[in-house]
Order: sequence, then C-alpha cells, then structure tokens
Amino acid sequence: MLIDWFTVFAQVINFLVLVWLLKRFLYRPILDSIDAREKRIAAEIADTKAKRIEAELQREEFQQKNADFEQQKTTRINKLKDETEAERVRLLEAVRLESQGLRKKLQLALKNEQLNLQVAISQRAREEIFSIARKVLGDLAGTSLEASMTDIFIRRLNTLNDEEIASLQSAISPAINAAAQPLLIRTAFALPTPQCSLIETAIKKILGHDIPIQFSIEPDVISGIELSIKGQKISWSINEYISSLAKRVDELLLSPMDIEQADDTHSTTKTDSHEASA
Amino acid sequence: MNLSPDQIIFWQMSFVKLNATIVFTWVVMMLLVIGSLLITRKLSKDMQRSRWQNLLEVVVITISKQIEEVGLSNPHKYLGFLGSLFLFIATSAICTVIPGFEPPTGSLSSTVALALCVFVAVPMFGIEKQGFRGYLASYTKPTVIMLPFNLISEVSRTLALAVRLFGNMMSGVMILGILLSITPFLFPIVMTLLGLLTGMVQAYIFFILATVYIAAATRVQQPERELAQDGSATTEKQDTKMGSQQ
Repeated sequence: MLIDWFTVFAQVINFLVLVWLLKRFLYRPILDSIDAREKRIAAEIADTKAKRIEAELQREEFQQKNADFEQQKTTRINKLKDETEAERVRLLEAVRLESQGLRKKLQLALKNEQLNLQVAISQRAREEIFSIARKVLGDLAGTSLEASMTDIFIRRLNTLNDEEIASLQSAISPAINAAAQPLLIRTAFALPTPQCSLIETAIKKILGHDIPIQFSIEPDVISGIELSIKGQKISWSINEYISSLAKRVDELLLSPMDIEQADDTHSTTKTDSHEASA
Repeated sequence: MNLSPDQIIFWQMSFVKLNATIVFTWVVMMLLVIGSLLITRKLSKDMQRSRWQNLLEVVVITISKQIEEVGLSNPHKYLGFLGSLFLFIATSAICTVIPGFEPPTGSLSSTVALALCVFVAVPMFGIEKQGFRGYLASYTKPTVIMLPFNLISEVSRTLALAVRLFGNMMSGVMILGILLSITPFLFPIVMTLLGLLTGMVQAYIFFILATVYIAAATRVQQPERELAQDGSATTEKQDTKMGSQQ
C-alpha cells in the first residue's frame, strides 16, 4: 500500500504549520513592505504633483511680475528720457543765454577798450604831431610853431565872412554892455607878447573897436588857439587834423572788428537753427 | 529500490513513525521558514533593498498576480494557502539536485495530504464566500441530476491531483535511479535537469488547479449559466494544458 495514513495525517499537519509559518514570516512582512513602499511612492508622487502645481503657480506669478517689472522699467526709462531731454534743452537754453550775456559783456569791454585806445592814440598823436611840426618848422624856416600858429589864426580871422563877423559882433555887444566880459583866447601854451599883440590888433581890425582880451593857457587845447565868447567860437588847432587821423584809425580798427561781429552773429544764428532742429 | 520515501523509516513506535517523507518535509519547511526569516528580518521599506528581498518580492508578487489572473479578486487572502502549496512543491522539486534528498512530493501520502488540504479548502472558501446553503446549492447546478456527478467530480479531481503529482515526482526519481545504474555520468545529469523542469511544471499545475477550484467555488456575482460555463471551460482548459505538459 503506497498510502500511509499516519504520514498523510502528519503531512497535513506539517502543511498547515508551513502555511501558518510562511504567512507569519514570509507573506505578511513582504506584503507589508511592498504596501509601505507603494504608499510612500504614491505619497511622493502626490507630493511631487502638488509641488509641480505650486511651482507652476509660482512660475506664472513670477512671469506676471517680470512682465509688470518690464513695463514699469520701460515707462520709467521713457519718463527719464523725456525728463533728461527737457533738462538738456533747458540747460542748453541757459548756456546759450549765458553765452550771449558773456558775448555782450565781451563786446562792451572791447568797445571800451577800443575807445580808450582811440583816446590814447589821439592824445599821443596830437603830442607827436605837435612835436614833429614844431621841430620841422624850426628846422625849415627858423620860425617858432607858436608864431606860425598865430599867423594861421590871424589869417583865419581875416578870412571870416560878413555873416560870421556879424554874429561875432552881436555876441560881443551885449557882453560889453552887460558885464564887460573880456574876449577869451585860450591856448595850450603861453603866447609870446608879439603874437599876443598881433592877435589883439587883428581882432580890433575885424570888430572895429577895442575889447578887453584875456589870454589863458588850457592844456586841452593842444597846439591850437581858440577864441570864445558867449557861445561864439573861432579856433584853429591841430585837433582838426588829429580828429581826421583818429577817424581814419578808427575806420582801420573797426573794419576787422565788424567782420568778427558779423561772424559772431552768423554763428549764433547757426547754433539757434541747429538747436531748433534737434 | 523504494517506490516511496515512506518506506524509509528512521524511527517507529506502533503506528507512529518517522519516515523519510516526514523528515524531508521538515527539511523543506526549515529551508523555507529559516530562509524567509533571515531575509525578512531586516526588510527595507525604502527604494533600496537587498537582492534576496527583491527575489522574495518577485516570487510573492508573481504568485499573487497568477492568483488574480485566474479570477480571484482578493489574492492576498488566498496567498497563504496557495502560495505555500506552490513553494513547498517547487522547493521539494529543486532540492532533488541535492544527492540523497528524497522529495516528499514523491510520496503518495504527501500528495494525498496536499490534495486533501485542497479538498477541504475549496468548500471552506466557497462557504465563506457564498454561505453554507449557497455553496451546497452549487452542487445541484445546472440541475439536481448533476449532484452525484458533481460529487464524483469533487472526489476524482482530488484523487487526480494527488496521483498526478505523485506519479510525476516518483517517476522522475525512479528514472534517475534506473539511469544511474545503466549509464552513469551523462544521462543522469540530463534527466536531473528534466526532472527539475517537470517538478517546477508540476508545482505550477498543482497550484493553478487548486486556484481554479477555489475560484470556481467562490464565484457568485456572475449569472449562474455563465458561471457554470466559465468554470467548466477554465477547468477543461487547465486540464488540457496539464495533459499536454504530461
């Protein structure tokens, strides 16, 4: 008989024990560990999903923020540009005005300088001409400058036309009647006595009557003789020549300055037009 | 030559005896239990785990999937019984490569014991699922006339389970013994390999048939006709498969 019933019974027991032992030591721990791992993986996946959603949200938020920031930046940059441009225009205008003021000042200073120079030149020229004339006359004819000047003055008195004589007389007459004011002869230097008497004689001849004559020395009347009474004035001096010389010198001096002025005006206009186009 | 390890008796007192079947069963049990203990003692619940734990997980999950594929919706509940059946038979078959080892499944007493366990477990799971009356009623399906045939089928399939496993395992050992005495060295090795394959196939067949029987006994949701057809179809299919493998 191949079947031993005791063995059958023992094997049944053995098998049941084996089932219990394996359940206890194999299936349960293994299944528990698998379940734990699956739960953990599921939790991690869920966590990852949540984090991804959160990250997406944050990304969107940051993108929005970035866009806003860009917009703000652009707006501010544009505003700054406008402000800078306005400031630039304002500063340029201020500089232009200031430069204009400075140029005017400079022109004024130049003009003053020119005037001073003119005065100095004419003063110097008068003195020089006077000294040269004196020397030349002395060398050439042995006559003094004073004598020559007196001659010329007398000649001039003699060449007065009737109208001039009449006006002179009319000027003298009330003067004689009222305050007996003397006729004033002003010279830059002391006239020698013969010359004084020659002049007196000549005046008497023209006026036809005596009149007190007073000689005075005025340094202003450079190298000349001047007769004056009550607004009437007859004179001869080197001043006339000097004035003519000064005029010519002025013309000579002014001509390059005029060109400069013209240039300045031209450049200012150019700058203005340039700014306007900018 | 012994046909069965039952005949190798180490100790006996009246009808109580300690034969090779029981001793080698204990050896297999110890192998399984101590192996499980050693591996599951330090189980890792993280992603990193030992190779042995991985092996056990693969084995357990595969068995569980097989149970589920046959049609049992809650495989963890049946894993203890069905998984132990498979592991015991498979380990016994694998251990045949150890010289001097007598597979306990080569004893008809062992296979009968396992078949009896299945014979008892099927109605137990069936009653648990369908209730006592419901389960008994399933014997009268499709008609009452089928009751004796169903009962015979119940007994005969248990017998078939026992004899099939015993025949295959015993024949393997016997062929090996005979070949050893005729042509040593080469043929025994080939036949050992064949025996290993046969043993594994038998373990799978025994396990899958037990699963099918339990699945058939616990199906209640489907309409009766469909259930009957499905049950018979699956059984036939498995039988055909088994026959072709034999």
